[in-house]
Amino acid sequence: MTKEQIDINPTCPLPFSDNERILLGHGSGGQLSHQLLTELIYPYFDNPMLATGHDSALLSIGEQRLAFTTDSFVVSPLFFPGGDIGKLAVYGTVNDLAMSGAKALYLSCSLILEEGFPMNTLSKVLASMSQAAKETGIQLVTGDTKVVEKGKGDGVYINTAGIGVVPHDVYIAPQHIQQGDVIILSGDIGRHGMAVMAMREGLEFDNPLNSDCAALSDPIHTLLNEGIAIHCLRDLTRGGLATALVELAETAEKTFIVEETAIPVSEAVTGACEMLGLDPCYVANEGRFIAFIPAAQAETALTLLRDHSVSATSCIIGRVDEDNKSQVIYKTTTGSERLMQRLPGEQLPRIC
Amino acid sequence: MKYMHEYRQAVTIRQLADKIAAVTRQHWTIMEVCGGQTHAIVKYGLQQFLPAQIELVHGPGCPVCVTSIDIIDKAIDIAARPNVIFCSFGDMLRVPGSEKDLQSVKALGGDIRIVYSPMDALTLAQHHPDKEVVFLAIGFETTAPANAMAAYQARKKGINNFSLLTSQFLVPPAIEAMCQSPQSRIQGFLAAGHVCAITGYESYPKLAEKYGVPIVVTGFEPLDILQGIFLCIQQLEQGRSEVENQYSRVVRQQGNLPAQQMINEVFECQSQSWRGIGHIEQSGLKLSEAFRPFDAEQKFGLRDKVSSANNKYDTAGCISGDIMQGLKKPCDCIHFGKQCRPESPIGAPMVSSEGACAAYYRYATFNESDTFNKNAAFNKSDTFNKSTTSEKTTTRRDQ
Repeated sequence: MTKEQIDINPTCPLPFSDNERILLGHGSGGQLSHQLLTELIYPYFDNPMLATGHDSALLSIGEQRLAFTTDSFVVSPLFFPGGDIGKLAVYGTVNDLAMSGAKALYLSCSLILEEGFPMNTLSKVLASMSQAAKETGIQLVTGDTKVVEKGKGDGVYINTAGIGVVPHDVYIAPQHIQQGDVIILSGDIGRHGMAVMAMREGLEFDNPLNSDCAALSDPIHTLLNEGIAIHCLRDLTRGGLATALVELAETAEKTFIVEETAIPVSEAVTGACEMLGLDPCYVANEGRFIAFIPAAQAETALTLLRDHSVSATSCIIGRVDEDNKSQVIYKTTTGSERLMQRLPGEQLPRIC
Repeated sequence: MKYMHEYRQAVTIRQLADKIAAVTRQHWTIMEVCGGQTHAIVKYGLQQFLPAQIELVHGPGCPVCVTSIDIIDKAIDIAARPNVIFCSFGDMLRVPGSEKDLQSVKALGGDIRIVYSPMDALTLAQHHPDKEVVFLAIGFETTAPANAMAAYQARKKGINNFSLLTSQFLVPPAIEAMCQSPQSRIQGFLAAGHVCAITGYESYPKLAEKYGVPIVVTGFEPLDILQGIFLCIQQLEQGRSEVENQYSRVVRQQGNLPAQQMINEVFECQSQSWRGIGHIEQSGLKLSEAFRPFDAEQKFGLRDKVSSANNKYDTAGCISGDIMQGLKKPCDCIHFGKQCRPESPIGAPMVSSEGACAAYYRYATFNESDTFNKNAAFNKSDTFNKSTTSEKTTTRRDQ
């Protein structure tokens, strides 16, 4: 390649060989997803708003600050204990907006339907979406439908995008994480991933597994209304708590210290994870977030959060340390320490 | 959670660590045989609790790691065929064969399904009588009873569109082979508790006596492993070489007799090729004559197919064989954490959740700490830590 060619396209993504393909692991939210974004997608669309690596983009239009986000939902099964794809599609986008401190206003919805999909089931999904939208005060104002041939979809895929307004004095982003902040987790982890896995694979456990699928906007707005200086928020989705912490530590260029004994995990999730050899820190959630808050306001924040049912068991799981090494130090139950890593691809059950 | 948290408590672990330190007088090298134990040791940072004289080396008990490249290539061959539903445990999808892995076959349209049990694959065969359903039956004595049961039920119910591509390994012959190796540094073994739950441990006393090595049947929780180490060190310091059972809440001397009966009915012993290590006499299982119709290699005419010697894995310089014999550590490998990472593995131990390299990579500790640097499991990891730190910095800038 000549110098001239290089200059023409300075953000050219890494070349991929003919035999490289998209793998399921690219959708896991872990290391492979990260590579897909940084090596292939970001170079094509490089801009400062995308580069913040936040859950939603912050846009300034005139004097108004808007948060804008999108998410696609491809869950199987469509209905699972504690939720369904319709609820997820609304809550997921509302939650992404809430993580910027935004009040969610408007939602778009694209339905990709598979030929032969029962109208009755679609109706149930839409009813669930409608109820979730009412609950969270967001209006579905535009949308699209497409139908694909039988066998080329999985019943229904849903994409939603959302717009919300960010108050003038709110600046929530990974870059605002400060040394000395405490890390608050809004509840026990791993419910959604284990509930869906158990249902999809026909695994039965003595303790029922229910998804944590929920809207997170109310507790966040309470914190903001009560003057808590939230530095950063992140809802825990694919890749789980561990991936969210690692991503934020890297983006914020800070060191976090997290205590395993402080992380709540229900008996049901612990049991299922133990049996399958999975680490709950990497299991998906759909109704949990972490908040970075000045230590001086930690107790007030916890009291406020515990008033809401979705964050009733909020607790402090760690803090932001003095050095800036972009790492998460994990203090295990045994008293040893190690670094927390992103999940490489999908988390796979053990063999024996 | 009951029967779990009790075995992970910092105070009890510290007390046992102090007992180990009190009995340790000289340098000892101990191998934990099972990959599940390796994983727990690294995940819970157990080496941090041991005196510097105790070196833990990691054994071959990772089924994904030891399955030969021939079997992976045969799996890829079968899975790519039309009219086949190929079933496997998840880890096997990412293990590199000579040219590619199973997940790339899946991405190209191969009907490959992750199952949790061979019986799930058998059910699939019943539901899809027009398809050939093949299960990749890998593992040690732990998976053998369920794999045997799948073949047994297939024969009993006449489910003839079901077959097993087998890669079954036996632990005691591997321990004996390592004891016989002139290069071996291993002075004591922590035997794999779950394997012994099936087989019992009656075959171990003669090995312990013949080769003068203590063998302690050990569980998988942090406290189990430290107690196994304590018993082993105590024997070594006292000059004993006996078999002890640390995992008595699960393992009985005779093992699980119905499970053994099922294995004996369906399988027979054969020499087995261990990836990276080589052939070990009578260290594997194959389907016996009566169950040969359920042998996928026979059904698909692959029995004599041998992979090209010049494959990517062998030429890439993976040292998994040395690691699994306790001769080297993952961080001794020039590729570790560089070209070889979980998302782009060169060798199988970087893939499996029971592989030593994956455990070291995933649970990497940090440097610049005396506690960690004196620690034998990580004492050569400075290079790795530095390289990952610098690569991470690069990645961050790319964002």
